[in-house]
Amino acid sequence: MELLMSILIGLMFAAAVYLILSKSLLRIIIGTAILSHGVNLLVLTMGGLKRGEAPILGLKVTTAYNDPIPQALILTAIVIGFGVTAFFLVLAYRAYQELDSESVSKTRGHEADDE
Amino acid sequence: MSLLHVAILLPFFAALLIPLVYKWTKKIHTGWLVLPIPVLLFIYFCSFIPKTMHQSTTATMPWIPSFGINFTVVVDGLSLLFALLITGIGSLVVFYSIYYLGKKTERLNNFYAFLMIFMSAMLGVVLSDNLIVLYLFWEMTSISSFLLIGYWYHRERSRYGARKSMMITVFGGLMMLGGFILLHIMTDSFSVREIIASGPAIAGNPLFVPAMIFILLGAFTKSAQVPFHVWLPDAMEAPTPVSAYLHSATMVKAGIYIVARFTPLFAVSEVWFWTVSIVGIVTLLWGSINATKKNDLKAILAYSTISQLGLIMSLLGVGALSLHFGNEEFYAAAIVAAVFHLFNHATFKGSLFMMVGIVDHETGTRDIRRLGGLMRIMPITATIAFIGTFAMAGLPPFNGFLSKEMFFESMTDIVHMNLWNADTWGVLLPVIAWIASVFTFVYSMIIFFKTFTGKNKPYLLPKKPHEAPLGLLLPPCILAFLVVLIGIFPNLIAAPILEPAVKAIVPTLGAADSDFSIHISLWHGITPALLMTIGVVIVGTLLYKTNRYWKPWITTRVPKKLRIGRAYDASMFYLEQGSYRTTMWIMTGWLRTYLNYMLTAFIILIIGTMFITDAFNFNFSAMTPVTAVDFVLAAVILVTLIGTVFSKSRITSIILLGAMGYTVSIFFIISRAPDLALTQLVIETISVVLYLLVFYHLPQFSNIEEKPKWFSVKTILSIGVGVTVTLIALSAFDTTFYDSISQYYLDNAYKEAGGKNVVNVILVDFRGFDTLFETAVLAIASIGIYAMIKLRLTKRREKDENQ
Repeated sequence: MELLMSILIGLMFAAAVYLILSKSLLRIIIGTAILSHGVNLLVLTMGGLKRGEAPILGLKVTTAYNDPIPQALILTAIVIGFGVTAFFLVLAYRAYQELDSESVSKTRGHEADDE
Repeated sequence: MSLLHVAILLPFFAALLIPLVYKWTKKIHTGWLVLPIPVLLFIYFCSFIPKTMHQSTTATMPWIPSFGINFTVVVDGLSLLFALLITGIGSLVVFYSIYYLGKKTERLNNFYAFLMIFMSAMLGVVLSDNLIVLYLFWEMTSISSFLLIGYWYHRERSRYGARKSMMITVFGGLMMLGGFILLHIMTDSFSVREIIASGPAIAGNPLFVPAMIFILLGAFTKSAQVPFHVWLPDAMEAPTPVSAYLHSATMVKAGIYIVARFTPLFAVSEVWFWTVSIVGIVTLLWGSINATKKNDLKAILAYSTISQLGLIMSLLGVGALSLHFGNEEFYAAAIVAAVFHLFNHATFKGSLFMMVGIVDHETGTRDIRRLGGLMRIMPITATIAFIGTFAMAGLPPFNGFLSKEMFFESMTDIVHMNLWNADTWGVLLPVIAWIASVFTFVYSMIIFFKTFTGKNKPYLLPKKPHEAPLGLLLPPCILAFLVVLIGIFPNLIAAPILEPAVKAIVPTLGAADSDFSIHISLWHGITPALLMTIGVVIVGTLLYKTNRYWKPWITTRVPKKLRIGRAYDASMFYLEQGSYRTTMWIMTGWLRTYLNYMLTAFIILIIGTMFITDAFNFNFSAMTPVTAVDFVLAAVILVTLIGTVFSKSRITSIILLGAMGYTVSIFFIISRAPDLALTQLVIETISVVLYLLVFYHLPQFSNIEEKPKWFSVKTILSIGVGVTVTLIALSAFDTTFYDSISQYYLDNAYKEAGGKNVVNVILVDFRGFDTLFETAVLAIASIGIYAMIKLRLTKRREKDENQ
């Protein structure tokens, strides 16, 4: 399972990097979103998968629970990732309004004119 | 703080007051108010002469005692000689400048402030015993010299000269600092005397030769030795009093001082002997040949200074042998000659510069092609020039003759050496010295005869020439008088000044049982040196007479490829060009380029480290089994990934991204993480809504996207990153060194915190701070979004402009 997950996460990183290296702002933001999915899954995988029950005490008669710490970390990461993504999206929207382009070539300033 | 410290810092404090004084006293030339300072100092340092003949004087003032950096001042023979030169010629130069610089036309406050800073710095260099303090004053001389060369800063040539001298001398200064630090590492002391005392102990240290080379670099750049001499001719753009003071008598001798000061330490080494002698002799020859081809009087004097400094340097190199052989006074003769010539050069070169300043001042030009026949118009100036040039050429009865004789003697002595093969190659030294002396004779004659004899050409001169005022003539007259006086009675300065200086350089001679004394005689019998001088005069006269035939040849044909100044210009140009091009090449301005750099570094560093430390650690035994659901979910994510990357329309991308998010939340469900799954579902939904909102305003994935290529930087990098991450994940997994701390949370969540949902208890109870600041992040993001949408400064500005 961890092997499968590792490969999958590697693919997600590859796709994310590929998108981040493109010229369109929206694609870059989609890339960052995929990247944060990848990171979240990586944290989860490294914490160990399916070792026990969900970490809610008293639901089932068991002492084997899944590790709660990575879950708490990921929860924080999801929220922060969302905040940043929302900000980026509005930034891209505003950049498009001001620059009339969603290409990063416009973000190069005046020198981009002679490109 | 003793009186000596006050003496060193007095000009510096005076420099602070000069601008104020300048404002208050508009009627008096500021120079008059400055003049007492060097005169006072000169008298003060004269009072040291009787004492220094027997012992040195020390005074210490703590500065940074914890680092062993103290402002320690030592007055021994060598320091005193320099201090007397600095203050003595300083007084004359200040006096001369009063008449040279107009009160109304020049910014005198700047001039005298810079000059006083320089004087302070120079005194500090020669009197400091602490290496760091010495370096501090050393750089102060560089900076004040830079300011003085660029005094007429509206002239392009002045700025160029100032920059060039700054670049070269500061380069050398930094090298010297490196040498000082190496010395400190070897001896654990910053005191020059202590370091010299521990000399034999560090001679075998591997850092010994590097320290020597670094210190020599500093000395050579400051003293304008080949190939670092290029700054000196350009420094002639400074006002003439500055050239006379800094670039002939004092600052350029700071390097000589350093070499002399460190001779007792480094002279045991063969490298020192060869480097100092060879660089000195090459500089001597190079400077003298170049001086003959110049037409500007100041340029001739600049190259002549270079050449004479080379002479002193080579003598110091040869004199190092005396330390190598122990107490052999035979070779100490070279040191005596060096110190004597150092003194003589300061006198006649100072007077010559002042003479050139007078000629420039009175005729408006320094070009020897336009000058001529000034003897009748300016007889006193001509006399000064006569004495100065003949002393420089090394003719009796002037002091230059004596030191030149001693120079020849020392150089011929080298031939008898049987050390380090000096008997075979050493024979070149006297030959080069003799050739250089011939050229010295030639340019000395050019200076005098082309300026003062021949036909007067008043139509070529910007001004109508006449004799200079007394104030301009007095300082060079005093120096010329000294030239003659010491020429006839050389022993006047031998015992009080030269002997202590030589003893400071060669400590064995200063020992109590040594009966060393200097006796210089004007007539010392028919020696090889005298015959060499006669040869110089004969050949030199012939060369001078045939000057007009070989001068064009030497100026046009020979040195073109050997012009070191051009090498400097070219290197500066290519340095600038190169750094500009490199910057333009690396810093493209594209975010993508920088991302490429970062990702490449990421891949190389991580994979490289993994290979080097052999960190690959794949252990598949501890893994949980894969179920069919996992495969299906992984396949779904894979499909969404491929779709997002390759889709041509944005809506497909966004929807696939949403699908990926939901699949991830299903992953969370099967991983027994209910809170994560909930949050992920909600947030993915909101995100997709946001994407769609933005999507509404942005255009289709426009034509800006290039088609996906398999072999592009983008593809390679993304595959590289993916592989790297997978490798890290696989290697890191199952590298469990310690048990997880989670058991504590599971055990205590209910007992301590009263909650059954362990994840939530961790978020709000055990690790509540994370949550607090995560809330802050959200708040900041929302405020930021609000501000971005609401604040329209450009629009408002346009509105304002329209109204």
